[in-house]
Amino acid sequence: MQHVMKADGATKAFGDFVAVDNLTFHVQPQECFGILGPNGAGKTSMIRMSYGFSPLTGGTLTVFGRSIVDSWRKIKSRIGVCQQENNLDPDLTVRQNLVVFARYFNIPKTHAQKQADKLLAFMALDHRRADKVTKLSGGMMRRLVLARSLVNDPDLLILDEPTTGLDPQSRHQVWEKLGELKSRGLTILLTTHYMDEAARLCDRLVIMDRGRILVEGTPGNLIRQHVGHEVIEVATPSSQLRTYLANQQMRYEDLGHRLIIYGEKGDALFHKITEDYCEESCVLRMSTLEDVFLKLTGRGLRE
Amino acid sequence: MSDVRLGRISTRLFRVWHRNLTVYRRIWKVVFLPPLLEPLLYLAAFGVGLSILIGTVQYDHKDISYISFIAPALIAVNIMYSAFFENTYASFVRLYYQKTFDAMMATPLCLEEIMTGEIVWAATKAVVATAIMQGVISVFGFIHYPEGLLIIPLAFLGGIAFGSIGLFFTGIVRAIEMFNLPIFLFITPMFLFGGTFFPLENLPSWAQKFAMVFPLTHLVTLARALAFGSLSPALWWHLAYLLAFSGVFFYLALAAMHRHLIE
Repeated sequence: MQHVMKADGATKAFGDFVAVDNLTFHVQPQECFGILGPNGAGKTSMIRMSYGFSPLTGGTLTVFGRSIVDSWRKIKSRIGVCQQENNLDPDLTVRQNLVVFARYFNIPKTHAQKQADKLLAFMALDHRRADKVTKLSGGMMRRLVLARSLVNDPDLLILDEPTTGLDPQSRHQVWEKLGELKSRGLTILLTTHYMDEAARLCDRLVIMDRGRILVEGTPGNLIRQHVGHEVIEVATPSSQLRTYLANQQMRYEDLGHRLIIYGEKGDALFHKITEDYCEESCVLRMSTLEDVFLKLTGRGLRE
Repeated sequence: MSDVRLGRISTRLFRVWHRNLTVYRRIWKVVFLPPLLEPLLYLAAFGVGLSILIGTVQYDHKDISYISFIAPALIAVNIMYSAFFENTYASFVRLYYQKTFDAMMATPLCLEEIMTGEIVWAATKAVVATAIMQGVISVFGFIHYPEGLLIIPLAFLGGIAFGSIGLFFTGIVRAIEMFNLPIFLFITPMFLFGGTFFPLENLPSWAQKFAMVFPLTHLVTLARALAFGSLSPALWWHLAYLLAFSGVFFYLALAAMHRHLIE
Protein backbone atom coordinates (compact mmCIF):
# COMPACT_ATOMS: atom_id res chain seq x y z
CA MET A 1 0.00 0.00 0.00
CA GLN A 2 1.31 3.43 -0.90
CA HIS A 3 1.76 5.87 1.96
CA VAL A 4 -0.03 9.19 1.85
CA MET A 5 2.80 10.80 3.76
CA LYS A 6 6.19 9.50 4.68
CA ALA A 7 8.67 11.33 6.91
CA ASP A 8 12.12 9.84 6.92
CA GLY A 9 14.47 11.37 9.46
CA ALA A 10 12.65 14.70 9.20
CA THR A 11 14.60 17.30 11.15
CA LYS A 12 14.01 20.97 11.83
CA ALA A 13 16.57 23.14 13.58
CA PHE A 14 16.38 26.84 14.42
CA GLY A 15 20.00 27.72 14.96
CA ASP A 16 21.19 25.51 17.81
CA PHE A 17 17.71 24.52 18.88
CA VAL A 18 16.45 21.29 17.33
CA ALA A 19 12.66 21.48 17.27
CA VAL A 20 12.10 18.26 15.33
CA ASP A 21 14.79 15.65 15.72
CA ASN A 22 14.97 12.88 13.17
CA LEU A 23 11.28 11.92 12.94
CA THR A 24 10.29 8.87 10.95
CA PHE A 25 6.64 7.95 10.48
CA HIS A 26 4.14 7.33 7.75
CA VAL A 27 0.49 8.05 7.25
CA GLN A 28 -1.58 5.39 5.50
CA PRO A 29 -4.54 6.00 3.19
CA GLN A 30 -7.86 6.57 4.95
CA GLU A 31 -6.45 6.61 8.43
CA CYS A 32 -6.37 9.33 11.00
CA PHE A 33 -2.82 9.68 12.24
CA GLY A 34 -2.15 11.71 15.37
CA ILE A 35 0.91 13.57 16.57
CA LEU A 36 0.61 14.12 20.30
CA GLY A 37 2.91 15.99 22.57
CA PRO A 38 3.10 18.71 25.20
CA ASN A 39 3.62 22.36 24.27
CA GLY A 40 6.95 22.83 22.53
CA ALA A 41 7.28 19.15 21.60
CA GLY A 42 7.72 20.07 17.94
CA LYS A 43 4.23 19.20 16.68
CA THR A 44 3.58 22.44 14.86
CA SER A 45 7.10 22.51 13.41
CA MET A 46 6.50 19.03 12.02
CA ILE A 47 3.10 20.03 10.62
CA ARG A 48 4.53 23.14 9.00
CA MET A 49 7.13 21.04 7.25
CA SER A 50 4.46 18.60 6.11
CA TYR A 51 2.63 21.19 4.03
CA GLY A 52 5.71 22.87 2.68
CA PHE A 53 5.53 26.06 4.76
CA SER A 54 8.82 25.45 6.43
CA PRO A 55 11.75 23.75 4.70
CA LEU A 56 13.34 20.67 6.28
CA THR A 57 16.77 21.07 7.84
CA GLY A 58 17.44 17.38 7.31
CA GLY A 59 15.77 14.15 6.18
CA THR A 60 13.09 13.75 3.55
CA LEU A 61 9.37 14.14 3.39
CA THR A 62 7.19 12.71 0.67
CA VAL A 63 3.47 13.27 0.22
CA PHE A 64 1.45 11.21 -2.28
CA GLY A 65 4.74 9.62 -3.23
CA ARG A 66 6.33 12.92 -4.27
CA SER A 67 9.04 14.97 -2.61
CA ILE A 68 7.78 18.13 -0.90
CA VAL A 69 10.89 19.95 -2.16
CA ASP A 70 10.28 19.33 -5.86
CA SER A 71 6.51 18.89 -6.07
CA TRP A 72 5.35 21.40 -3.46
CA ARG A 73 2.76 22.95 -5.72
CA LYS A 74 1.20 19.65 -6.80
CA ILE A 75 1.15 18.45 -3.21
CA LYS A 76 -0.28 21.67 -1.81
CA SER A 77 -3.09 21.62 -4.35
CA ARG A 78 -4.21 18.21 -3.01
CA ILE A 79 -4.06 18.88 0.73
CA GLY A 80 -6.25 20.89 3.06
CA VAL A 81 -4.65 22.60 6.02
CA CYS A 82 -6.36 23.80 9.16
CA GLN A 83 -3.79 25.94 10.94
CA GLN A 84 -3.73 26.56 14.65
CA GLU A 85 -4.80 30.21 14.51
CA ASN A 86 -8.13 31.22 13.05
CA ASN A 87 -6.55 33.13 10.19
CA LEU A 88 -9.84 33.74 8.45
CA ASP A 89 -10.07 36.87 6.36
CA PRO A 90 -11.84 39.47 8.52
CA ASP A 91 -12.25 41.77 5.51
CA LEU A 92 -14.56 39.24 3.86
CA THR A 93 -17.90 37.60 4.61
CA VAL A 94 -18.26 33.97 5.68
CA ARG A 95 -19.06 32.80 2.17
CA GLN A 96 -16.48 35.04 0.52
CA ASN A 97 -13.84 33.47 2.74
CA LEU A 98 -14.49 30.16 1.01
CA VAL A 99 -14.90 31.52 -2.50
CA VAL A 100 -11.75 33.65 -2.33
CA PHE A 101 -9.78 30.79 -0.82
CA ALA A 102 -10.93 28.51 -3.65
CA ARG A 103 -9.35 30.95 -6.12
CA TYR A 104 -5.94 30.26 -4.62
CA PHE A 105 -6.40 26.70 -5.89
CA ASN A 106 -7.38 27.90 -9.37
CA ILE A 107 -10.88 26.52 -8.85
CA PRO A 108 -13.27 28.02 -11.43
CA LYS A 109 -15.78 30.52 -10.07
CA THR A 110 -19.01 28.52 -10.52
CA HIS A 111 -17.48 25.42 -9.00
CA ALA A 112 -16.06 27.47 -6.13
CA GLN A 113 -19.47 28.91 -5.36
CA LYS A 114 -21.11 25.48 -5.44
CA GLN A 115 -18.37 24.13 -3.22
CA ALA A 116 -18.78 27.04 -0.79
CA ASP A 117 -22.52 26.45 -0.48
CA LYS A 118 -22.05 22.72 0.01
CA LEU A 119 -19.45 23.24 2.74
CA LEU A 120 -21.48 25.90 4.52
CA ALA A 121 -24.37 23.46 4.67
CA PHE A 122 -22.11 20.66 5.88
CA MET A 123 -20.68 22.81 8.66
CA ALA A 124 -24.11 24.23 9.62
CA LEU A 125 -23.04 27.79 8.79
CA ASP A 126 -25.65 28.39 6.10
CA HIS A 127 -27.51 31.01 8.07
CA ARG A 128 -24.36 33.09 8.66
CA ARG A 129 -23.12 33.16 5.07
CA ALA A 130 -23.41 36.93 4.61
CA ASP A 131 -21.99 37.86 8.02
CA LYS A 132 -18.51 39.16 8.64
CA VAL A 133 -16.34 36.48 10.22
CA THR A 134 -15.58 38.72 13.19
CA LYS A 135 -19.23 38.29 14.24
CA LEU A 136 -18.92 34.49 14.52
CA SER A 137 -18.42 32.60 17.76
CA GLY A 138 -15.18 30.68 18.35
CA GLY A 139 -16.80 27.37 17.44
CA MET A 140 -18.27 28.76 14.24
CA MET A 141 -14.94 30.27 13.22
CA ARG A 142 -13.31 26.92 13.73
CA ARG A 143 -15.93 25.19 11.60
CA LEU A 144 -15.38 27.81 8.91
CA VAL A 145 -11.61 27.22 8.99
CA LEU A 146 -12.37 23.52 8.64
CA ALA A 147 -14.74 24.21 5.76
CA ARG A 148 -12.08 26.36 4.13
CA SER A 149 -9.54 23.56 4.35
CA LEU A 150 -11.96 21.32 2.42
CA VAL A 151 -12.59 23.74 -0.41
CA ASN A 152 -10.26 21.90 -2.82
CA ASP A 153 -11.66 18.43 -1.99
CA PRO A 154 -8.32 17.41 -0.47
CA ASP A 155 -6.92 13.89 -0.40
CA LEU A 156 -5.20 14.65 2.88
CA LEU A 157 -6.46 16.89 5.65
CA ILE A 158 -3.86 18.35 8.01
CA LEU A 159 -5.20 19.67 11.32
CA ASP A 160 -3.05 21.54 13.82
CA GLU A 161 -4.84 21.48 17.19
CA PRO A 162 -8.31 21.76 15.69
CA THR A 163 -10.26 22.20 18.92
CA THR A 164 -7.94 24.23 21.13
CA GLY A 165 -9.89 26.94 22.91
CA LEU A 166 -13.35 25.64 22.08
CA ASP A 167 -16.18 25.00 24.51
CA PRO A 168 -17.29 21.35 24.96
CA GLN A 169 -20.29 21.72 22.65
CA SER A 170 -18.17 23.13 19.85
CA ARG A 171 -15.47 20.50 20.34
CA HIS A 172 -17.99 17.71 20.02
CA GLN A 173 -19.46 19.28 16.92
CA VAL A 174 -16.00 19.53 15.32
CA TRP A 175 -15.28 15.92 16.28
CA GLU A 176 -18.55 14.82 14.73
CA LYS A 177 -17.69 16.55 11.46
CA LEU A 178 -14.20 15.07 11.47
CA GLY A 179 -15.68 11.64 12.16
CA GLU A 180 -17.97 12.08 9.18
CA LEU A 181 -15.05 13.05 6.94
CA LYS A 182 -13.08 10.09 8.17
CA SER A 183 -15.89 7.68 7.45
CA ARG A 184 -15.94 9.01 3.88
CA GLY A 185 -12.37 7.82 3.56
CA LEU A 186 -10.45 11.07 3.97
CA THR A 187 -6.90 10.68 5.29
CA ILE A 188 -6.23 12.92 8.26
CA LEU A 189 -3.04 14.05 9.98
CA LEU A 190 -3.79 15.66 13.30
CA THR A 191 -1.88 17.24 16.16
CA THR A 192 -3.44 17.72 19.54
CA HIS A 193 -2.69 17.81 23.22
CA TYR A 194 -6.17 16.64 24.12
CA MET A 195 -5.97 12.94 24.78
CA ASP A 196 -9.71 12.36 24.57
CA GLU A 197 -9.60 13.90 21.12
CA ALA A 198 -6.77 11.63 20.02
CA ALA A 199 -8.40 8.54 21.51
CA ARG A 200 -11.63 9.32 19.76
CA LEU A 201 -10.30 10.25 16.33
CA CYS A 202 -6.93 8.61 15.77
CA ASP A 203 -6.38 5.14 14.33
CA ARG A 204 -2.69 5.39 15.05
CA LEU A 205 -0.60 7.99 16.77
CA VAL A 206 2.82 8.96 17.98
CA ILE A 207 3.57 10.69 21.23
CA MET A 208 6.50 13.04 20.89
CA ASP A 209 8.45 15.18 23.29
CA ARG A 210 11.43 17.48 22.81
CA GLY A 211 11.45 16.85 19.09
CA ARG A 212 11.55 13.05 19.27
CA ILE A 213 9.01 10.27 18.97
CA LEU A 214 8.60 8.40 22.26
CA VAL A 215 6.08 5.75 21.19
CA GLU A 216 3.94 4.83 18.23
CA GLY A 217 0.84 2.67 18.06
CA THR A 218 -2.93 2.49 18.22
CA PRO A 219 -4.52 4.22 21.23
CA GLY A 220 -5.69 0.86 22.64
CA ASN A 221 -2.32 -0.82 22.33
CA LEU A 222 -0.47 2.11 23.86
CA ILE A 223 -2.76 2.07 26.86
CA ARG A 224 -2.37 -1.69 27.34
CA GLN A 225 1.40 -1.58 26.90
CA HIS A 226 2.20 1.35 29.11
CA VAL A 227 -0.42 1.63 31.82
CA GLY A 228 -2.68 -1.42 31.69
CA HIS A 229 -6.46 -1.45 31.82
CA GLU A 230 -7.20 0.26 35.03
CA VAL A 231 -5.82 2.94 37.28
CA ILE A 232 -6.24 3.64 40.93
CA GLU A 233 -5.59 7.17 42.04
CA VAL A 234 -4.96 7.53 45.74
CA ALA A 235 -4.93 10.93 47.33
CA THR A 236 -2.89 11.30 50.56
CA PRO A 237 -1.65 7.68 50.51
CA SER A 238 -0.63 5.94 53.73
CA SER A 239 2.91 4.68 54.32
CA GLN A 240 1.57 1.11 54.57
CA LEU A 241 0.32 1.35 51.00
CA ARG A 242 3.72 2.55 49.80
CA THR A 243 5.41 -0.40 51.51
CA TYR A 244 2.86 -2.78 50.05
CA LEU A 245 3.38 -1.48 46.52
CA ALA A 246 7.16 -1.67 46.82
CA ASN A 247 6.94 -5.29 47.98
CA GLN A 248 4.46 -6.38 45.33
CA GLN A 249 6.41 -4.86 42.43
CA MET A 250 3.40 -3.09 41.00
CA ARG A 251 3.59 -0.38 38.35
CA TYR A 252 2.91 2.93 40.00
CA GLU A 253 3.93 6.54 40.11
CA ASP A 254 4.54 8.41 43.33
CA LEU A 255 3.71 12.09 43.07
CA GLY A 256 4.22 12.68 46.80
CA HIS A 257 0.72 13.66 47.80
CA ARG A 258 -0.79 11.31 45.26
CA LEU A 259 -0.23 7.79 43.98
CA ILE A 260 -1.14 6.54 40.52
CA ILE A 261 -1.25 2.74 40.37
CA TYR A 262 -1.53 0.97 37.04
CA GLY A 263 -3.07 -2.48 36.80
CA GLU A 264 -4.95 -5.08 34.80
CA LYS A 265 -8.62 -5.88 34.95
CA GLY A 266 -9.26 -8.83 37.25
CA ASP A 267 -5.85 -8.44 38.83
CA ALA A 268 -6.31 -9.70 42.37
CA LEU A 269 -3.44 -7.73 43.91
CA PHE A 270 -4.73 -4.62 42.28
CA HIS A 271 -8.17 -5.07 43.76
CA LYS A 272 -6.75 -5.86 47.16
CA ILE A 273 -5.52 -2.28 47.29
CA THR A 274 -9.00 -0.93 46.86
CA GLU A 275 -10.19 -3.15 49.69
CA ASP A 276 -7.31 -2.86 52.16
CA TYR A 277 -5.72 0.52 51.71
CA CYS A 278 -8.40 2.80 50.45
CA GLU A 279 -10.15 4.43 53.32
CA GLU A 280 -10.97 7.64 51.50
CA SER A 281 -10.26 9.64 48.36
CA CYS A 282 -9.43 6.63 46.27
CA VAL A 283 -10.63 6.36 42.69
CA LEU A 284 -10.65 3.27 40.52
CA ARG A 285 -11.16 4.04 36.84
CA MET A 286 -10.41 2.84 33.33
CA SER A 287 -6.98 3.95 32.19
CA THR A 288 -6.85 6.46 29.37
CA LEU A 289 -4.42 7.78 26.83
CA GLU A 290 -3.81 10.67 29.18
CA ASP A 291 -2.23 8.25 31.67
CA VAL A 292 0.12 7.02 28.94
CA PHE A 293 0.90 10.55 27.92
CA LEU A 294 1.69 11.80 31.41
CA LYS A 295 3.67 8.68 32.24
CA LEU A 296 5.85 9.13 29.15
CA THR A 297 6.23 12.88 28.98
CA GLY A 298 6.35 13.54 32.70
CA ARG A 299 4.30 15.92 34.76
CA GLY A 300 6.53 18.96 34.67
CA LEU A 301 5.09 22.13 33.18
CA ARG A 302 6.21 23.07 29.68
CA GLU A 303 5.97 26.79 29.66
CA MET B 1 18.69 35.96 0.32
CA SER B 2 19.39 33.16 -2.09
CA ASP B 3 16.18 31.45 -0.93
CA VAL B 4 14.05 33.78 -3.02
CA ARG B 5 13.38 32.20 -6.40
CA LEU B 6 11.84 34.57 -8.90
CA GLY B 7 11.34 31.69 -11.32
CA ARG B 8 8.54 30.40 -9.12
CA ILE B 9 6.32 33.39 -9.85
CA SER B 10 3.36 32.43 -12.03
CA THR B 11 0.15 34.19 -12.98
CA ARG B 12 -1.28 32.85 -9.74
CA LEU B 13 -0.04 36.11 -8.24
CA PHE B 14 -3.28 37.61 -9.58
CA ARG B 15 -5.21 35.40 -7.13
CA VAL B 16 -3.65 37.44 -4.36
CA TRP B 17 -4.31 40.63 -6.30
CA HIS B 18 -7.91 39.52 -6.80
CA ARG B 19 -8.35 38.94 -3.07
CA ASN B 20 -7.41 42.55 -2.41
CA LEU B 21 -9.72 43.72 -5.19
CA THR B 22 -12.59 41.78 -3.60
CA VAL B 23 -11.98 43.56 -0.30
CA TYR B 24 -11.57 46.90 -2.07
CA ARG B 25 -14.90 46.52 -3.82
CA ARG B 26 -16.62 46.18 -0.45
CA ILE B 27 -15.25 49.49 0.74
CA TRP B 28 -14.60 51.37 -2.51
CA LYS B 29 -16.92 54.23 -1.69
CA VAL B 30 -14.71 55.20 1.23
CA VAL B 31 -11.41 54.58 -0.57
CA PHE B 32 -12.62 56.40 -3.67
CA LEU B 33 -13.11 59.79 -2.06
CA PRO B 34 -9.58 60.91 -1.01
CA PRO B 35 -8.01 60.88 -4.50
CA LEU B 36 -11.10 62.69 -5.78
CA LEU B 37 -11.16 65.43 -3.16
CA GLU B 38 -7.53 65.70 -2.12
CA PRO B 39 -6.28 67.31 -5.35
CA LEU B 40 -9.02 69.89 -5.06
CA LEU B 41 -7.89 70.75 -1.54
CA TYR B 42 -4.25 70.96 -2.61
CA LEU B 43 -5.04 72.98 -5.68
CA ALA B 44 -7.14 75.34 -3.62
CA ALA B 45 -4.51 75.79 -0.91
CA PHE B 46 -1.34 75.90 -2.98
CA GLY B 47 -2.78 77.03 -6.27
CA VAL B 48 -5.07 79.79 -5.10
CA GLY B 49 -3.40 80.68 -1.81
CA LEU B 50 0.30 80.42 -2.67
CA SER B 51 -0.02 81.44 -6.33
CA ILE B 52 -0.73 84.98 -5.26
CA LEU B 53 2.58 85.11 -3.38
CA ILE B 54 4.62 83.21 -5.96
CA GLY B 55 3.15 84.15 -9.28
CA THR B 56 5.04 82.20 -11.95
CA VAL B 57 7.78 79.59 -11.98
CA GLN B 58 10.54 79.02 -14.53
CA TYR B 59 10.18 75.60 -16.12
CA ASP B 60 11.94 74.51 -19.30
CA HIS B 61 12.89 78.18 -20.02
CA LYS B 62 9.28 79.25 -19.87
CA ASP B 63 7.28 81.07 -17.26
CA ILE B 64 4.37 78.97 -16.08
CA SER B 65 1.78 79.50 -13.37
CA TYR B 66 2.62 78.02 -9.98
CA ILE B 67 -0.57 75.99 -9.92
CA SER B 68 0.21 74.23 -13.21
CA PHE B 69 3.76 73.63 -11.90
CA ILE B 70 2.60 71.74 -8.83
CA ALA B 71 -0.39 69.90 -10.35
CA PRO B 72 1.68 67.04 -11.91
CA ALA B 73 3.81 66.87 -8.75
CA LEU B 74 0.66 66.30 -6.72
CA ILE B 75 -0.13 63.35 -8.97
CA ALA B 76 3.37 61.94 -8.39
CA VAL B 77 3.06 62.41 -4.62
CA ASN B 78 -0.32 60.68 -4.74
CA ILE B 79 1.25 57.71 -6.56
CA MET B 80 3.91 57.51 -3.86
CA TYR B 81 1.46 57.66 -0.98
CA SER B 82 -1.06 55.23 -2.50
CA ALA B 83 1.48 52.50 -3.11
CA PHE B 84 3.70 53.09 -0.08
CA PHE B 85 0.84 53.10 2.42
CA GLU B 86 -0.80 50.06 0.85
CA ASN B 87 2.35 47.96 1.15
CA THR B 88 3.27 49.26 4.60
CA TYR B 89 0.27 49.69 6.91
CA ALA B 90 -2.24 47.59 4.94
CA SER B 91 0.22 44.79 4.13
CA PHE B 92 1.48 44.83 7.72
CA VAL B 93 -2.05 44.30 9.01
CA ARG B 94 -2.47 41.35 6.64
CA LEU B 95 0.92 39.97 7.63
CA TYR B 96 0.78 40.48 11.40
CA TYR B 97 -2.77 40.77 12.63
CA GLN B 98 -4.84 38.94 10.04
CA LYS B 99 -2.24 36.27 9.19
CA THR B 100 -3.56 36.39 5.64
CA PHE B 101 -0.24 35.29 4.19
CA ASP B 102 0.03 32.32 6.56
CA ALA B 103 -3.32 31.07 5.29
CA MET B 104 -2.25 31.61 1.68
CA MET B 105 0.94 29.67 2.27
CA ALA B 106 -1.13 26.54 2.90
CA THR B 107 -2.46 26.75 -0.67
CA PRO B 108 -0.61 26.19 -3.96
CA LEU B 109 0.62 29.79 -3.79
CA CYS B 110 4.26 30.46 -2.96
CA LEU B 111 5.69 33.36 -1.02
CA GLU B 112 7.10 34.99 -4.14
CA GLU B 113 3.65 35.04 -5.75
CA ILE B 114 1.93 36.34 -2.64
CA MET B 115 4.36 39.23 -2.27
CA THR B 116 4.37 40.07 -5.97
CA GLY B 117 0.57 40.06 -5.84
CA GLU B 118 0.74 42.56 -2.97
CA ILE B 119 3.09 44.88 -4.85
CA VAL B 120 1.11 44.68 -8.11
CA TRP B 121 -2.01 45.42 -6.10
CA ALA B 122 -0.38 48.54 -4.58
CA ALA B 123 0.59 49.65 -8.09
CA THR B 124 -2.98 49.06 -9.24
CA LYS B 125 -4.28 51.25 -6.44
CA ALA B 126 -1.80 53.92 -7.50
CA VAL B 127 -3.12 53.71 -11.07
CA VAL B 128 -6.74 54.00 -9.94
CA ALA B 129 -5.96 56.95 -7.66
CA THR B 130 -4.01 58.61 -10.45
CA ALA B 131 -6.77 58.16 -13.00
CA ILE B 132 -9.30 59.76 -10.66
CA MET B 133 -7.00 62.60 -9.67
CA GLN B 134 -5.85 63.22 -13.23
CA GLY B 135 -9.47 63.41 -14.33
CA VAL B 136 -10.13 66.15 -11.80
CA ILE B 137 -6.96 68.07 -12.65
CA SER B 138 -7.59 67.76 -16.39
CA VAL B 139 -10.87 69.63 -16.00
CA PHE B 140 -8.78 72.70 -15.10
CA GLY B 141 -6.65 72.20 -18.21
CA PHE B 142 -3.38 71.50 -16.42
CA ILE B 143 -2.58 68.38 -18.43
CA HIS B 144 -1.52 68.31 -22.02
CA TYR B 145 -2.89 65.43 -24.11
CA PRO B 146 -2.16 62.93 -25.63
CA GLU B 147 1.24 62.88 -23.80
CA GLY B 148 -0.63 63.13 -20.49
CA LEU B 149 -2.10 59.67 -21.05
CA LEU B 150 1.34 58.20 -20.42
CA ILE B 151 0.98 59.29 -16.79
CA ILE B 152 -1.22 56.21 -16.27
CA PRO B 153 1.50 53.61 -17.08
CA LEU B 154 3.95 55.85 -15.23
CA ALA B 155 1.68 55.54 -12.17
CA PHE B 156 1.97 51.77 -12.43
CA LEU B 157 5.77 51.91 -12.51
CA GLY B 158 5.83 54.41 -9.64
CA GLY B 159 3.44 52.14 -7.76
CA ILE B 160 5.80 49.19 -8.20
CA ALA B 161 8.73 51.32 -6.99
CA PHE B 162 7.05 52.68 -3.86
CA GLY B 163 5.11 49.48 -3.19
CA SER B 164 8.34 47.48 -3.28
CA ILE B 165 10.19 49.73 -0.87
CA GLY B 166 7.08 49.80 1.34
CA LEU B 167 6.90 46.01 1.46
CA PHE B 168 10.62 45.90 2.13
CA PHE B 169 10.06 47.99 5.27
CA THR B 170 7.09 45.78 6.21
CA GLY B 171 9.42 42.80 6.08
CA ILE B 172 11.90 44.35 8.47
CA VAL B 173 9.86 46.31 11.03
CA ARG B 174 8.56 44.46 14.07
CA ALA B 175 5.83 46.87 15.17
CA ILE B 176 3.44 49.01 13.17
CA GLU B 177 4.60 52.20 14.94
CA MET B 178 8.04 51.73 13.42
CA PHE B 179 6.77 52.88 10.03
CA ASN B 180 7.11 56.40 11.42
CA LEU B 181 10.81 56.08 10.84
CA PRO B 182 10.89 55.50 7.05
CA ILE B 183 8.11 58.07 6.69
CA PHE B 184 10.09 60.68 8.61
CA LEU B 185 13.46 59.87 7.07
CA PHE B 186 12.46 58.92 3.55
CA ILE B 187 8.93 59.85 2.50
CA THR B 188 8.61 63.33 4.01
CA PRO B 189 12.01 64.64 2.77
CA MET B 190 11.10 63.45 -0.71
CA PHE B 191 7.70 65.05 -0.48
CA LEU B 192 9.32 68.38 0.37
CA PHE B 193 12.57 68.32 -1.59
CA GLY B 194 11.92 66.06 -4.58
CA GLY B 195 11.25 68.94 -6.98
CA THR B 196 7.61 68.94 -5.95
CA PHE B 197 6.78 72.40 -4.63
CA PHE B 198 9.74 74.33 -6.04
CA PRO B 199 12.21 73.64 -8.85
CA LEU B 200 15.25 71.57 -7.88
CA GLU B 201 17.44 74.35 -9.27
CA ASN B 202 16.52 76.48 -6.26
CA LEU B 203 18.52 74.11 -4.05
CA PRO B 204 22.31 74.31 -3.57
CA SER B 205 24.08 72.02 -6.03
CA TRP B 206 25.02 69.37 -3.44
CA ALA B 207 21.37 69.10 -2.41
CA GLN B 208 20.32 68.85 -6.04
CA LYS B 209 22.64 65.90 -6.50
CA PHE B 210 21.37 64.33 -3.29
CA ALA B 211 17.75 64.73 -4.40
CA MET B 212 18.56 62.55 -7.40
CA VAL B 213 18.75 59.56 -5.06
CA PHE B 214 15.05 59.97 -4.26
CA PRO B 215 12.78 57.97 -6.56
CA LEU B 216 10.13 60.68 -6.18
CA THR B 217 12.40 63.24 -7.85
CA HIS B 218 12.43 61.12 -10.98
CA LEU B 219 8.73 60.38 -10.81
CA VAL B 220 7.92 64.10 -10.46
CA THR B 221 10.22 65.02 -13.37
CA LEU B 222 8.57 62.41 -15.59
CA ALA B 223 5.02 63.32 -14.57
CA ARG B 224 5.69 67.02 -15.14
CA ALA B 225 7.23 66.44 -18.56
CA LEU B 226 4.26 64.30 -19.60
CA ALA B 227 1.75 66.79 -18.21
CA PHE B 228 3.39 69.63 -20.18
CA GLY B 229 3.90 67.49 -23.25
CA SER B 230 7.57 68.49 -23.32
CA LEU B 231 9.29 65.18 -23.97
CA SER B 232 13.08 64.99 -24.21
CA PRO B 233 15.74 62.25 -24.38
CA ALA B 234 16.87 63.17 -20.84
CA LEU B 235 13.67 61.55 -19.56
CA TRP B 236 15.06 58.10 -20.41
CA TRP B 237 17.55 58.35 -17.60
CA HIS B 238 14.82 59.20 -15.09
CA LEU B 239 12.83 56.24 -16.37
CA ALA B 240 15.89 53.99 -16.14
CA TYR B 241 16.49 55.09 -12.55
CA LEU B 242 12.90 54.28 -11.56
CA LEU B 243 13.10 50.90 -13.25
CA ALA B 244 16.37 50.02 -11.52
CA PHE B 245 15.07 51.25 -8.16
CA SER B 246 11.94 49.11 -8.59
CA GLY B 247 13.95 46.05 -9.55
CA VAL B 248 16.31 46.31 -6.59
CA PHE B 249 13.64 46.91 -3.99
CA PHE B 250 11.30 44.33 -5.49
CA TYR B 251 13.95 41.72 -4.84
CA LEU B 252 14.83 43.13 -1.41
CA ALA B 253 11.13 43.15 -0.44
CA LEU B 254 10.75 39.47 -1.34
CA ALA B 255 13.95 38.60 0.49
CA ALA B 256 12.87 40.50 3.63
CA MET B 257 9.46 38.82 3.58
CA HIS B 258 11.05 35.45 3.06
CA ARG B 259 13.29 35.95 6.07
CA HIS B 260 10.33 37.10 8.10
CA LEU B 261 7.75 34.45 7.20
CA ILE B 262 9.61 31.28 6.36
CA GLU B 263 11.05 29.61 9.41
